[in-house]
Amino acid sequence: MNMQQPNSGEDAAWRPRIVAFFCNWCTYTAADLAGVSRMKYAPNTRIVRVMCSGRIDPQFVLDAFRHGADGVLIGGCHPGDCHYSEGNYKALRRYHLLRRLLADMGVAEQRFRLEWISASEGDKVKSVIDQMVAQLQELGPLDLPGRRADWDAELGENGEDDLTAGIAAEAAEEVSHV
Amino acid sequence: MKQNGEVRIGFYICHCGTNIAGVIDVDRVRDYAASLPGVAVARDYKYMCSDPGQDLLRQDIAEHGLNRIVVASCSPLLHEKTFRGAAEDGGLNPYFVQMVNIREHGSWVHEDGEYMTGKAMDMSRAAILRVQVHEALERKRVPINPAVLVVGGGIAGIHAALTMADAGKHVYLVEREATIGGHMAQFDKTFPTLDCAACILTPKMTAVKAHPNITLWTYSEIDKTEGFIGNYTVTVKRKPRYVREDLCVGCMECIEACVYKSAKIPDAFNMGLSKRKPVYIPFPQAVPPVPVLDPENCLHLKNGTCKDFCVEACGDRDAIDFTQEAEYIDIDVGTIVLATGFDTFDPARIPYYGYGKYPNVYTSLELERLVNASGPTGGDVRLPDGRIPERVAIVHCVGSRDEHYQRWCSRVCCMYSLKLAHLVKEKTGGEVYNFYIDMRAPGKSMEEFYNRVSTEGVHLVRGRVADIAPESLEPPSNGRIGRVVVQAEDTLIGRIRKIPVDMVILSVGMQPQEDAENIRRMFNISCSTGGFFLERHPKLAPVSTFTDGVFLAGTCQGPKDIPDTVAQAGAAASEALALIDRGHYELEPNTAYVLEEQCSGCKSCIQQCPYTAISFDAEKSKASINEALCKGCGTCVASCPSASIRQHLFEDEEIFREIHGLLAYA
Repeated sequence: MNMQQPNSGEDAAWRPRIVAFFCNWCTYTAADLAGVSRMKYAPNTRIVRVMCSGRIDPQFVLDAFRHGADGVLIGGCHPGDCHYSEGNYKALRRYHLLRRLLADMGVAEQRFRLEWISASEGDKVKSVIDQMVAQLQELGPLDLPGRRADWDAELGENGEDDLTAGIAAEAAEEVSHV
Repeated sequence: MKQNGEVRIGFYICHCGTNIAGVIDVDRVRDYAASLPGVAVARDYKYMCSDPGQDLLRQDIAEHGLNRIVVASCSPLLHEKTFRGAAEDGGLNPYFVQMVNIREHGSWVHEDGEYMTGKAMDMSRAAILRVQVHEALERKRVPINPAVLVVGGGIAGIHAALTMADAGKHVYLVEREATIGGHMAQFDKTFPTLDCAACILTPKMTAVKAHPNITLWTYSEIDKTEGFIGNYTVTVKRKPRYVREDLCVGCMECIEACVYKSAKIPDAFNMGLSKRKPVYIPFPQAVPPVPVLDPENCLHLKNGTCKDFCVEACGDRDAIDFTQEAEYIDIDVGTIVLATGFDTFDPARIPYYGYGKYPNVYTSLELERLVNASGPTGGDVRLPDGRIPERVAIVHCVGSRDEHYQRWCSRVCCMYSLKLAHLVKEKTGGEVYNFYIDMRAPGKSMEEFYNRVSTEGVHLVRGRVADIAPESLEPPSNGRIGRVVVQAEDTLIGRIRKIPVDMVILSVGMQPQEDAENIRRMFNISCSTGGFFLERHPKLAPVSTFTDGVFLAGTCQGPKDIPDTVAQAGAAASEALALIDRGHYELEPNTAYVLEEQCSGCKSCIQQCPYTAISFDAEKSKASINEALCKGCGTCVASCPSASIRQHLFEDEEIFREIHGLLAYA
């Protein structure tokens, strides 16, 4: 069982996959602009469109990592320019809290990124994605699904180890005396 | 989330000529989609957005009983409406359509065809998974109130107001200053025709006053704005002028009679070059011709004691009212046109140009007042010591095209600098030097005007002015104002020139008004670099904004001259009229809603909403959303700890499926 992230050299065919949540009015439009301008950038992102970065539930980010994303990128309007006035500020707050949580979980900080990209900044979409992909290529895969499979195997068939089984037995005894 | 019976998805991948098919193997993606559960039909087609392409959708819906559609093609921002429309024509609710952006976010930006084909399969799978849990949604229709608000009474606001009023709509024209007319009223002659600005403007100002469909509120500001397209409620603050507009006849005898025998207060309209009394009218042709009392200088308003000669002069009309207070009025309008204008760059920010330091360095706007017949010198170009200057320098690009100040070109400065050169030369007979970087003369008859001025003996020096300093450290002994030396490299002859002049005119650029940020946030408008209000699209939608029902006209959107301002004002008026004539607007049904049974009444969501669409129902102890106010951002949805707030079209379940689909391995 390997708790370490595999070296990127061991799996040469592996390429990072990033799930990007882009707000409709600014970042998604900027990505469209990059497309119309035929800018070429790394193909590793898969974009999910939301109306506002404020819609992004931290659970979406965690879910993306849980299902195999190596990185998550949030794109919203610049502070003060949110199409819905303040949604991006809420996204910023959640981002900061979530970042700490992910750090505690041992997820490298380059994997979760928040960028303000306005509708006219197609070039920024390109540069942010290129940079993030390069960083993740070096970091290697996160592979949470693989790690979970390892943990499940370690914890045994019942999903319990000796310690938790002991605690559960004690608790059952207490309850029966009440 | 329940699935309504059996889900039958139609999947369509567009070639878009070779735009998509040139990079992505569309056949493989189509076959992959066909293999996924729920997909009843999978096709590829050259141009899905074309009529035959859309017909394909309609036919398949009928023949194959499709109840979901996925189109893998261009950006939804481009064709979501098209395919939703086609589905609707085919009898399917338009919100059962999901698009996959494999062109703008795919074939146009990635060259690796093999990788991109795999990614297209991932993205298609995501859409297919998502669309299965879509629900039928209805667009809500809102009526459009035919009344219009125009903010700003300069030439842009005036033209827009007149156009819409002539079309029979009721227009509220709200102007912050005591008179309409804006900056144009301060200009003398306008390029390229050398029309007198006041002569062409004042008839329009009078028309505004006389128009039965226009409610003109000067000396008034917008206090706040609420609502949404077609249904805005705006609070207008009418500042007190201490004169009753309905009683005043415009005789101006109060001004004549004021205890201040001579004017003492700097006159803002004349750029501080002359003085006014505490009771004043901005300029003789002001509309409305009603004086204003300045509470900071009027003895009665400031100290409570005055002989009140003004009241005596007013006599029977009894129009002066010292007890007047600010009035807040709520108006209901359907559309809004912002025409709040510009401010000039403050050249004091460039210390080596000497503005504010040397008394003979002026801004272009100050010169407009000097050359104007109704200005402080009656139209004579005079120095502060009373002399007519023999040599005048005009410095182009002050504050403009400069990474330290304003990067942009202000578009009008070259032309007005040439105009000022012409006028100054005509009035003084002296030598005029224009120092420029490039001579920009865009527009009809502009180049011809430049040619004309260049034949009139004006010296055109191609070089950016580097320094303006006094000719001598000793001031002249006879009370005259000393000359200043203007230094610039004359790039056409490759030499540095130092030219002593009696007067310098700094051609300052245009910038947004000081409070532009506050104004635009009141209407939820974004800005572009520089702070000018942001249009919806720089080429195809220059007068509308991302806030439906709010339009832009004039220099608040960007520097431009009077012809372009009037054109844009007409455009804004016509777009507003188009909306009003249609009579209704359909809102996207991506609003949030509360699942009452699950709501715990924790109130986390209430303050999240910038539109105050969520309120707390104290009786039920639950959150409640006003659908009409909800704009569908989804911020409250993400904040609810019990997932009791959902959003149509962007449900958690829909997004989770999209994420899973993107990451599963094919």
